[in-house]
Amino acid sequence: MAEKKQISLTIDDVVVKVPEGSTIMDAADSIGVAIPRLCYHPHLSILGACRVCLVEVEGMRNPVASCAYPAEAGMKVRTSSTLLRRLRRDVVELILDNHPQECQTCERNTNCELQKLSFELGIRDRLFQGERKRYKKDLSSPAVTRDLEKCILCGRCVRVCEEVQGVTNLSQHRRGFHIEVSPAHQGNMMNSVCVQCGQCANVCPTAAIVEHNDSEAVFAALADPAKHVVVQTAPSIRAAIGEGFGYEPGTPATGRMVTALRLMGFDKVFDTNFGADLTIVEEAYEFMRRLQNNDRLPLLTSCSPGWIKFMEHFYPELIPHASTCRSPMMMLSVLLKTYYAEKAGIDPKNVFVVAIMPCTAKKFEAKRPEHFTPYGVPYTDAVLTTRELIWMMKCYGMDFRHLQDGEFDNPLGVSTGAADLFGTTGGVMEAALRTAYEKLTGKPCEKLDFVEVRGVEGVKESAVKIDGKVINVAVSNGLQNAKNLLDRVVRREKEYHLIEVMACTGGCIGGGGQPYPPPGMHIMDASLLKMRAKALYTIDSQKKLRKSHENPYILKLYEEYLGEPNGHKAHELLHTHYEPKFPRGIR
Amino acid sequence: MSPKTVETTTAPAAGELPEHVLKFIEQTRLLPHPESYLIAVLQMLQKHFGYLPAKSLDTVSQLMQIPSAKVTGVATFYHFFTFVPKGKHTISVCLGTACYVKGAGILVDRLKEMLGVEVGAASKDGLFTLEVARCVGACALAPVVIVDDKVYANVKPDELVKILSKYGYKPK
Repeated sequence: MAEKKQISLTIDDVVVKVPEGSTIMDAADSIGVAIPRLCYHPHLSILGACRVCLVEVEGMRNPVASCAYPAEAGMKVRTSSTLLRRLRRDVVELILDNHPQECQTCERNTNCELQKLSFELGIRDRLFQGERKRYKKDLSSPAVTRDLEKCILCGRCVRVCEEVQGVTNLSQHRRGFHIEVSPAHQGNMMNSVCVQCGQCANVCPTAAIVEHNDSEAVFAALADPAKHVVVQTAPSIRAAIGEGFGYEPGTPATGRMVTALRLMGFDKVFDTNFGADLTIVEEAYEFMRRLQNNDRLPLLTSCSPGWIKFMEHFYPELIPHASTCRSPMMMLSVLLKTYYAEKAGIDPKNVFVVAIMPCTAKKFEAKRPEHFTPYGVPYTDAVLTTRELIWMMKCYGMDFRHLQDGEFDNPLGVSTGAADLFGTTGGVMEAALRTAYEKLTGKPCEKLDFVEVRGVEGVKESAVKIDGKVINVAVSNGLQNAKNLLDRVVRREKEYHLIEVMACTGGCIGGGGQPYPPPGMHIMDASLLKMRAKALYTIDSQKKLRKSHENPYILKLYEEYLGEPNGHKAHELLHTHYEPKFPRGIR
Repeated sequence: MSPKTVETTTAPAAGELPEHVLKFIEQTRLLPHPESYLIAVLQMLQKHFGYLPAKSLDTVSQLMQIPSAKVTGVATFYHFFTFVPKGKHTISVCLGTACYVKGAGILVDRLKEMLGVEVGAASKDGLFTLEVARCVGACALAPVVIVDDKVYANVKPDELVKILSKYGYKPK
């Protein structure tokens, strides 16, 4: 690619050189001048809706929005002046005027962008008082909650849903004072094409969209002496939870997390990783059988519940291709209420399963009727996001930094390095290839790192030679990327054998329930995702066992309980089915 | 007027749209930016049905391959579009300044009571839709009530029953 032409301009009397096509905001950022901003998001298109990032340009009559205005050669820009400070303050004050004054009781208290901006702009008085919009909260979805009274119409959720996820569930409806951001027909998040991924909650600057709060149910279960409360934590939690306690992103915190959970009163602390190892064994056998019979290829992974709902709305014709394996969370939950309860001599009705997930869609998945016990309760009783868990730990007064390292309980807490990789895009593929390679060739897999499927690119492809046969694999993250890949599958442009799809950018490490990134970082930043992913790759490389099928407790589980992989009992307990869903999504 | 939340959990069928609209959408497919004909399609539908039925919007979304949220987003932006069925006759009460001071507000209240509806909605029997207009430019005749395209001048509240009876209104 040819180098872009450089232009130079002056920002606050400093000469700045930037590539042509940069905005004034880009130019200011490059010299460390962070112009206040609100609707702007570095990974979404430019909207210029909020008018907070106004700057003065010499020779122009009115201030311009620096996020949208292109930098021009010779331009003289001023990013702060008495006028600009007053204008920005007025803009935000007007937003606040139509916003609930309940910061202290708000879910986003202390990590709200509007709150932070109001403080930074020096809003100390409320000069405007007018009519306020009134809406009922949208509590229809078990995954995400919408509170339109807190919406400031920045349009980030609309943009992320359309541009990154390709779902376009949200749009602005009506006009003027009555504008609201809603699914089609001003409906709710449940009765719509919403895939429950929670990326809208991730980019929302306020608490207009947050995860559905399940913490009260968990507090109650923990306080109930009749309940045997067990918890499982997803692979990506250990890579992100530290951020909630001031650690740099990518600091593995497995041991402290386990100790904190035990101190919170969970009777047993298990690892979703065990479910991940089990998923790999089941999925690898499923893949081998399909490969041998040339049946329904490519096989599509089924770990990401946002992706599964997306498939049901947008690509129903691909349902037969999806692996029937339940997700690792569901596999472990099922085992906890069957195998574990039996072994421990506990009535499964008294077992309360809590899953800590990086994900809002997992809350939805847990409530799917396919994942209910024969006696009518969900196998997973409550799902908490990483954010909710961090808050609960703070509520319990955990001094996370000073906790001792703990160990998961046995036997459902032992896992291989392959399972840790599930938390990042390409991880399921890598784990599956390690096992499939050995099972197909009968030879040990020497080179364990399939680096071609690592990295945060939207779509990665690789051809792996197994037993003389070339296996075409592809990995996608972010559902718009999945669309691009799946359209090629549907059009039969290339023959793929195995495809991993993760709904969120970066995989679970960028999930809709992960901590809001530290100042200066944004969700979907490649640098942030790489840091979180590195934690998982490090854990994997340091483990002695790195192939799922070598997990001794998995082998024991098959021997004493499940029988054969993909066998009758395994099918009954560990597999599920999918159904086309309406309304149908637009591809 | 905000549209009602509808059950959209079934597949929309092409049968939801009149033949000429289907044909029009078909033609736009070959044109550059076929999505830009959305407003034209919505206008045709409103002309045909008198309002925009939710199901027909879903069908438009599928046929034009525009996400449903965008279709309803556009439709709710324009005051021209309505989402509730229209009555057979439209009663429009002028609420311009002159009509208002001559008691048009009382006429609206009386009509609401007679028809049992709010402004913008249709009566239960499907006969009348009650609407209000800003100045219709006939201030000398204030207060003015327009039924379909007939103008009634100097209307007094007690005359409303007589006027509406001509259109099939039966007092309770």
